[in-house]
Amino acid sequence: MNNKYRPYTLIAELTYRCPLHCPYCSNPSDLAEYGKEIDTDTWIRVFQEAEELGVIQLNLTGGEPLLRDDLELLVERARRLDLYTNLITSGVPLTFERLTRLRERGLDSVQISIQSTRGAVSDRLAGTPAFNRKLDAMRWATSLRLPLTLNVVLHRENIAEIEEFIALAEHVAADRLELANTQYLGWALKNRHALLPTREHIKWARTVAAEAKTRLRGRMEVVFVTPDYYTEYPKSCMEGWGRRFIVVNPEGLALPCHLAHTIPGLQFERVTQHRLADIWRRSSGFNRFRGEEWLPDPCRTCDRRAIDFGGCRCQAFHLMGDAGLPDPACTLAPGHHVIESARAQAGRSVSIPVLFEHRTGLGHSSR
Amino acid sequence: MNYATVRPRLSEKVRLRFDRRTDRYLLLYPETGLELNETATAIVRLCTGEWTIDEIVDHLIRSYGDVSRGEISRAVREFLAILADRGLLQGAA
Ligand code: SF4
Repeated sequence: MNNKYRPYTLIAELTYRCPLHCPYCSNPSDLAEYGKEIDTDTWIRVFQEAEELGVIQLNLTGGEPLLRDDLELLVERARRLDLYTNLITSGVPLTFERLTRLRERGLDSVQISIQSTRGAVSDRLAGTPAFNRKLDAMRWATSLRLPLTLNVVLHRENIAEIEEFIALAEHVAADRLELANTQYLGWALKNRHALLPTREHIKWARTVAAEAKTRLRGRMEVVFVTPDYYTEYPKSCMEGWGRRFIVVNPEGLALPCHLAHTIPGLQFERVTQHRLADIWRRSSGFNRFRGEEWLPDPCRTCDRRAIDFGGCRCQAFHLMGDAGLPDPACTLAPGHHVIESARAQAGRSVSIPVLFEHRTGLGHSSR
Repeated sequence: MNYATVRPRLSEKVRLRFDRRTDRYLLLYPETGLELNETATAIVRLCTGEWTIDEIVDHLIRSYGDVSRGEISRAVREFLAILADRGLLQGAA
């Protein structure tokens, strides 16, 4: 039994389906998967069980959560449990009427992701003419006084637009602007040579963001997340494994982060077969990287271990081949040279057209 | 913030919720929340747009008689600054 940890946030990935066609989306999206989505009653039970465990924030995400036609009901039930309910969406299959309905049922806030402020670029990246519809969705949110977060995943091709992202967020009166650099996992890792900004890019963007943060203080929160390739120490990924977050994927698999099941050798359970509390406390997958016992050297004796928990397990696995090693983003980690050489490559390569685009809206991009 | 005229009011994005795990109130807003102690909860409950900051201080003095006015008004000022900073008060910018 493990009663030491309390989850605060449930990330409910309601569906893999999505109307956007980002060509290298990491979500499985064939129709076979659709049939495996867990049903309304299961989600409602999961919300209840999560609330009993201590969860106070609920992120409804996907795929595109608007494609679930029980979304209104799920929002209503979440609100009845007093969960602070955030909808994380591309903003695309939305109408003013539906957003009004969701607001009335108790939706607390909405997060809309954009890829570019330049309509044509944005549409090319998303593979569909979505930009104007996103703009409408943002305006509807603010007209309904629904707190709006604008989420941008930054990479080399759009980082030069940072001032435009800020201007757009101000224009639509967003409450919060997240300028989060891509996490180089999955497809983004394969395309890192084309996506990773240079140190100069990052320095400049960070300065612009910091200026906006000061100027807009109290009106709009501006969050800039530096890619961990340019920080001395790793991110405290998910604020620690199995510490504050539970992700439940469309098929009902409960996970410490949305990619945890891609790490071989870990076992995770489904909410259709177990109570969430049992999974949270007993799952060997959740317990594998919890606390400090598992920590490798040099994390074991490092002062920062309570801050970053040794960094991202998925990054350790994908770059080092072993999820139990320190995140190579750390300058103290034995594998840090892999990060250094990627940085050096970013400094050398000229602008290569980006063929691959990240799907946002998984509710994790800022973490 | 002017003590005699400003009437603090919570922004619409925040929701006050009792947390039965900690027996405290939580102020929730997108992505995160603040765990409130008793004084902070009392202040938040008075941020309805009805009361000026001076009046909020008066209210608190009545319930915490043993603390000096100076101390209470400093606590209120500091806490309201925290809220304003995070955009949790309406029109505070
Ligand atoms: S050595 Fe480990 S704990 Fe210390 S900063 Fe690096 S990753 Fe974090």
